[in-house]
Amino acid sequence: MENQIFQLQYAIDTFYFLVCGALVMWMAAGFAMLEAGLVRSKNTTEILTKNVALFAIACTMYLVSGYAIMYDGGWLLNGIEAFSMDEVLAASAENGFEGDSVYSGASDFFFQVVFVATAMSIVSGAVAERMKLWSFLVFAVVLTGFIYPMEGAWTWGGAEVFGLYNLGDLGFSDFAGSGIVHMAGAAAALAGVLLLGARKGKYGPNGEIYAIPGANLPLATLGTFILWMGWFGFNGGSVLKLGDAANAHSVAMVFLNTNAAAAGGAVAALITGRILFGKADLTMLLNGALAGLVAITAEPSTPTALQATLFGALGGILVVFSIITLDKLKIDDPVGAISVHGVVGLLGLLLVPVTNDGSSFSGQLIGAATIFGWVFATSFAVWFALKLITGIRVTEEEEQQGVDLAECGMEAYPEFMSK
Amino acid sequence: MKLVTAVIKPFKLDAVRDALAEAGVSGITVSEVKGFGRQKGHTELYRGAEYVVDFLPKTMLQIAVDDSQVDAVLEAIGTAAQSGKIGDGKIFVANLEQAIRIRTGETGAEAI
Repeated sequence: MENQIFQLQYAIDTFYFLVCGALVMWMAAGFAMLEAGLVRSKNTTEILTKNVALFAIACTMYLVSGYAIMYDGGWLLNGIEAFSMDEVLAASAENGFEGDSVYSGASDFFFQVVFVATAMSIVSGAVAERMKLWSFLVFAVVLTGFIYPMEGAWTWGGAEVFGLYNLGDLGFSDFAGSGIVHMAGAAAALAGVLLLGARKGKYGPNGEIYAIPGANLPLATLGTFILWMGWFGFNGGSVLKLGDAANAHSVAMVFLNTNAAAAGGAVAALITGRILFGKADLTMLLNGALAGLVAITAEPSTPTALQATLFGALGGILVVFSIITLDKLKIDDPVGAISVHGVVGLLGLLLVPVTNDGSSFSGQLIGAATIFGWVFATSFAVWFALKLITGIRVTEEEEQQGVDLAECGMEAYPEFMSK
Repeated sequence: MKLVTAVIKPFKLDAVRDALAEAGVSGITVSEVKGFGRQKGHTELYRGAEYVVDFLPKTMLQIAVDDSQVDAVLEAIGTAAQSGKIGDGKIFVANLEQAIRIRTGETGAEAI
């Protein structure tokens, strides 16, 4: 009878990982729709191609080398299919109800791999409408197979940073990845954008900033809601366990706080936009909800519901100002990815010590600097090499014509067909 | 009065608009069109099947112009819309019999 309970605990924790992993996978659809909605129609097919392809590349590269680098697993997931009932029962008996997780290794990989894809997809929005597709995909191979797993190893993996220091010992804490996933993705994006340059016609010679409106706001909105829902898996799954009462309650608090933060961010961004621009800006509202989600991601379990709402609101206000500031600095980010994930990702890290005594501001700052420094430097090197070897930007004529035709030979909204 | 119709490359619209404003033109009508002249179309690929799209996106402007302004307008459009590459477009000038401002009922040169 006891053994049956142990098996159930294993089953619940495994199932929980799988369902949360599936929810995070659903975020890939969210990113694809959000980005497709915020670019021009002539660039829609290409960004969709990027989103699907990068997801597939992330899954494959993390399988090949990423998981091995990050968690000391087997290369090419060697050994992941192993299953021993005796070991499962023993582990569950010892740890299963004391707070440790006991689950299938395959479910752990499944949950982890979708996070890698999330980090990589942050880059695609920032470089939209002017980057060469294949250069982007080559970068994806390196980020998901090496760059992200390295900083993941130093954080969730618990390894020392090049043998010098251990972030966990220094008080660094990032529950679901405000820094490890979101700020990292934004760092890679920033490196790319700096080398890529702004879209033609975005900035004027005397500091003017021209709007380049997205082609499909319904898609952008759908994408945001999909991301919001998927985030329950992102943060909820990061509790890493469901199979005992204390953790089940923790999961519930995480879902609650995640939702509250998104709501706070959305309202705050809407009001901030109204005050600054005089109108309700849908795109700021959408970015605000996402900013709220990023802000709570580093610590969604310890805040109270009110604190979570306020943290989200802080993210929502910050993201609006960040987007405006980046444009003033002529850093062209068509979807606001660097602001939502990078700037607010840092905020998320710094909010952790407010409600979590196990972390410290110094630990958070050292961790943030480590992650940002590593990802930005290595990404910059890869983008730079790509720029030298094959180039990373399409030609001016291709940019005018639209990358859909140049890179994909296929329009997203073909009209005026004679058939 | 003349009706000047110009078919230009879409990204030249801002430059042409500015040049027309400088030439003293106060109103234009713009539409998104597709077309071709000597500029060839392009080939698209859909699930392995190639097809040719002859029609390229262009922008069409229509401007009602007083006879005295025609030359200035043609000069403004011709210069601003030029990229030197094939597909720059064409300008047509037709006689305009009558023009009426709907709000006030003015006709003729006062309506332009």
